[in-house]
Amino acid sequence: MILALLISLLLTADPSPSVQDDREVTVQENPVILSDSEESESINVAEIIFEHIGDEYGWHITQWKGKDVEIPLPVIVKSSTGWQVFSSARLHHGAHYRGLYIDPEKGKIIDEATGKRPLDLSITKNVLALMMSTLLLLAVILLTARWYRKHDALEEAPAGLAAAVEPLVMMVNDMARENIGERDYRKYAPYLCMAFLWILLNNFLGILPFFPGGANLTGNIAITLVLALCTFFTVNLSGTRHYYKEIFNPDVPVFLKPIMPVIEVFSALMKPVSLTIRLFANMLAGHIMILSMVCIIFIMAKYGPLMSGGMTVVSVLFGVFLDALECLVAFIQAYVFTMLSSIYIGLARVREE
Amino acid sequence: MNLVTPDFGLLFWMVVIFGLVFFLLAKFGFPIITSSVEKRSAKIAQSLKDADELQARMAAWKVEQARMLDDVRKEQAQILREATETKARIVADAKAQAREEADKILAEAKTQIAAEKESALRDVRKEIALLSVQVAEKILRQELSDEGNQRSFIDNLVDEAGKASLHA
Repeated sequence: MILALLISLLLTADPSPSVQDDREVTVQENPVILSDSEESESINVAEIIFEHIGDEYGWHITQWKGKDVEIPLPVIVKSSTGWQVFSSARLHHGAHYRGLYIDPEKGKIIDEATGKRPLDLSITKNVLALMMSTLLLLAVILLTARWYRKHDALEEAPAGLAAAVEPLVMMVNDMARENIGERDYRKYAPYLCMAFLWILLNNFLGILPFFPGGANLTGNIAITLVLALCTFFTVNLSGTRHYYKEIFNPDVPVFLKPIMPVIEVFSALMKPVSLTIRLFANMLAGHIMILSMVCIIFIMAKYGPLMSGGMTVVSVLFGVFLDALECLVAFIQAYVFTMLSSIYIGLARVREE
Repeated sequence: MNLVTPDFGLLFWMVVIFGLVFFLLAKFGFPIITSSVEKRSAKIAQSLKDADELQARMAAWKVEQARMLDDVRKEQAQILREATETKARIVADAKAQAREEADKILAEAKTQIAAEKESALRDVRKEIALLSVQVAEKILRQELSDEGNQRSFIDNLVDEAGKASLHA
């Protein structure tokens, strides 16, 4: 269902360049109506959306009087000439620097000498967002832990930050106990707490439209892949003998014996894939929907005051609705990821009755 | 497509940062929070159990108290009844004793009065006898002053004596 949603969204996103192309043509056909400045402000919806949901080398915040307001970030690349570290401002607007340039189509650094991607460990927008949000999480949890160290939790009710964080942490902790079992849930609860709070925090920061937020981290497949692989390795490295027996030598009729391991291994491998795609697709789809709603306002600006006014009201209402929906989805996806992880771990910790 | 190909740089940083922070939080963050809260939950559960037990004990105490109060009331009633009885008995005894004493005193007084009366009567009789003898002597002396009378008197006496001896 989620995949279908993603595909439909990608399909709806794909035609938009052609629509936009048509409009650009009309713009050129009617130079009387549209002045030069308006033409330069004409909108490429796909570009806007992909700029917002994608990664970039500097953190582009806004345009101010025709100039980009951007936080330059360090580029760290091992190209054919060795390690290179410099500001992303050097590569602005397709500039070449030290044999490197940003491919305008893919938005990635390309080595001039080889024409391929160099080893690229740049602190991009997403990496900076990742650092900031993870440090924020670290600070929040350590401050909460400090409260519990300094206060007697048996005598005092949690206050401030602790009161806010405790219910979330305990929700995940209880989930872990329920799904993994009283015996060894303690070993896995920190990972589940970390995954849940990290995803939740970044989902919400992704909805935030301005600077500290706005990066589409949990809608980036590299991020969700790492999270899913964490779960995958946790599950398969802590599998009991019984778990592996179920995979490689289950109690089934003899003629099924050679088939079952194939199916089971495939199923074990598909679990992280589904975790990756689910979180990634849900968050990406949400961002695309909201951005599309915002873009409608600017597209409709060309069609006269009545049309644009009406559509602005509609798209603002839809935007508010989608933002509210995204807040819900942000929580649900963090919850679902954590719950499935805990269930998978619980399944790997089975014991023979 | 760009969106579905994981970028190596981001992958690398995600592994490093997420791993590092996870390590820190798994060591200094979450276990402290969860263990404190679990301790508190255990304490709350224990307190609730204790409160329940206490309540049950209180109820038992109340029953016990009511029973004791009942016993005390009964005892009080009994003591009061016994006291009333004792009082009545003591009063009755005292009355009986007093009557007995009074009777004795009365009887003694009566006998004494009787004895007094007796002795008084005896005195009176003695006096009367003496007086009558003196009167008789005076009368006799007056009557025997002349000789004739003396003779007749002696004759009478002799007659009388003779009659008395005849009769005897």
